[in-house]
Amino acid sequence: MDFGDSPEELAFRLRLREWLSHNNPGLPPSSTSDEYWAGQAAWHQTLYDAGFFGLSWPKGVGGHELPSVYEVILDEEIIAAGAPPRPSVGYLVQGLLAHGNEDVQRRFLPGLVSGRDRWCQGFSEPDAGSDLASLRTQAVPEGSEYVVTGHKVWTSYSDAADWCLVLARTDPNVPKHRGISAFIIPMGQDAIEQRPIRMINGITREFGEVIFDGARVDAANMVGEPGEGWRLAMTVVSHEREPGELGYVARYGKLVNELVHVVEEWPDEHGPEQRRDLAWALIEAEMLRCHVSRRLSDRLDGLSHGPEGSVDKLLMTSVEQAVGHAALSIGGAAPTEGDDTWLKVYLYSRAQSVMGGTSQIQRNLIASRILELPTS
Amino acid sequence: MDVRLSPEQVTLRDAARQVVDRLCPQAVAQLDDAERAAKLDAAVEASGWLELRTATDDGSPWATGVEVAVVAEELGRGLADTAFLGPTMAADLRRLAGAPPASTSETIALSADLSEPAVALGGALGRGAVALDAHAATSALVLLPEGDGYAIGAIALGSTTTSVDLTRPVASCPPGAMVSPLEGGARPLGTDDIARWRSLGLAVTSADLVGVMRGVVTISCDYARSRRQYGAAIGSFQAVQHLLADAYVAAEGSASIALHAAWAVDALDGPDALAAASAAKAYCARAARSVCETAIQVHGGIGNTWECLAHVFLRRALLSSEVLGGVGPNLARVLATHGIGGDDGLR
Repeated sequence: MDFGDSPEELAFRLRLREWLSHNNPGLPPSSTSDEYWAGQAAWHQTLYDAGFFGLSWPKGVGGHELPSVYEVILDEEIIAAGAPPRPSVGYLVQGLLAHGNEDVQRRFLPGLVSGRDRWCQGFSEPDAGSDLASLRTQAVPEGSEYVVTGHKVWTSYSDAADWCLVLARTDPNVPKHRGISAFIIPMGQDAIEQRPIRMINGITREFGEVIFDGARVDAANMVGEPGEGWRLAMTVVSHEREPGELGYVARYGKLVNELVHVVEEWPDEHGPEQRRDLAWALIEAEMLRCHVSRRLSDRLDGLSHGPEGSVDKLLMTSVEQAVGHAALSIGGAAPTEGDDTWLKVYLYSRAQSVMGGTSQIQRNLIASRILELPTS
Repeated sequence: MDVRLSPEQVTLRDAARQVVDRLCPQAVAQLDDAERAAKLDAAVEASGWLELRTATDDGSPWATGVEVAVVAEELGRGLADTAFLGPTMAADLRRLAGAPPASTSETIALSADLSEPAVALGGALGRGAVALDAHAATSALVLLPEGDGYAIGAIALGSTTTSVDLTRPVASCPPGAMVSPLEGGARPLGTDDIARWRSLGLAVTSADLVGVMRGVVTISCDYARSRRQYGAAIGSFQAVQHLLADAYVAAEGSASIALHAAWAVDALDGPDALAAASAAKAYCARAARSVCETAIQVHGGIGNTWECLAHVFLRRALLSSEVLGGVGPNLARVLATHGIGGDDGLR
């Protein structure tokens, strides 16, 4: 039982620390500015080229096959350096690793891991949110291709993506969970229209909706077998619920440290209530760091993904929203100086209890699959 | 980094779990079963768990904060009505001062609100104090200011009084109670010693709170599976399920931060260990009260009766929370750690 570094881990940490001291691009927080999203791809590639991305993933796809706890070290050093969090593509990587055949993995994973290719994920639809399995986007075979028609929404990074991992119905005549297949669709075609969605804090570069109007995809780009789409979706969302996969420990650590600096700089303007909110944000962020260390250590026995991802998602949400409340408290609800960064952090935090499966869905999963409470 | 319990720590946990499952109260009425309670005391005594923080030849403790926390969590989960926190803290204080282990059963005394160690000047207690885990102890340790640090003194204990916690009685030590300096203390306790000792207390009580939460979530889920209304188990209703899911999540987050605090007790410098422990204690104290309140709610009318174990968990949580400071003092410590604390805690 040791939260401390082994000699190898320490050597890695020091090498990373030295590298970060020269290579921090100094982007604004991801949740407040389109500038972050514009610079994120370059940061991804910089991290990858230096050998600090995909630490626990297979070497064959560009990873380093290090024990998963190295991801915590990466997050801790990113926090200490005040650098941008690592890009969150782990859930896509895990989905392709678990369900893609060798050909799909060979063609797509290196570009995804290195950041050379940008990806988005076409799961949700206007009428299929929490009830994802009721999705209506269709993929109809035509020769060696499928023709895809439908409307996807809440598609992160759709504006910049080269590829979209799309769930589409390939068999309307079987129960809804079994008729779904997954495809990797090239975004650069006329039959695909991408529209940005403006979030409540004003940013437009993160979220979009995508309309597929007879878009074409090679049948060889199907991930897994026909009808395996639902299982792939469950793999992807289970990883999407995990702060360890997302690098969110660093995201929150960086934000709370910046809030601490604000209070340090203007101590007289921040009274007991604001300090109390900040103390909770600090404690919540620390909890998540410890929790991710625990989860990733459990993985040293071998990768396992069960319903505990829902626990992690709810914990991560409580951290994000505690940080959001501290940001609101310290930055003020009506900033007059023109800098509304903290207000934007707060507003963005409301999305965490919705994206990747709402908090209510996570509670349902915990109740049935962990607490084994009866179904009604 | 590998924060999984070692095989030895798993063995220790399983041993504690066995004792808890065999001898701890399974119903409120069993709190009055003196024969059972005596067997539990004897089992804990025989286990060696009360000596985990006594000194080895080089002055380090026999076991780290992690082993202490592993035992504390199980005792909390089972509502163990036996002394563990007090004797463990007393043993650690003796170890830090280089004093020999106690020859009789010993505990510690805290300020009347439990938030600080009891301090005595001039051979007698100035203010009233409270001794923890008093039902088995004959004396309680207090701090005696000496130069820049502290020596240790002992107060003889009289009869116990009931506290909020039905499983762990306390004894009040009135102002003016005589304090005798401890024989054989080799060195005064410095700031770092006190910080480390406090961190142990905060880590052990955090672990106890984690155990309490896990125990009370278990009985609440059991109840929700068996209690029927509207022709269905109440655990099938989403409103009840979500309460229980939130309680489970709060216990898991608490377990993670409490584990880190337990590790930090011996692995980090005193001030860093105290910072880790303060964050954990604030988190666990807030979570435990909320989780126990949820348990009472899920039990409905029964949950508000003396016969339901839910309030025994809540009461134990209330005591563990206040020992060496609950939410407020620890939030203040977290802010001070980050250099933004005020002179009076939260300013």
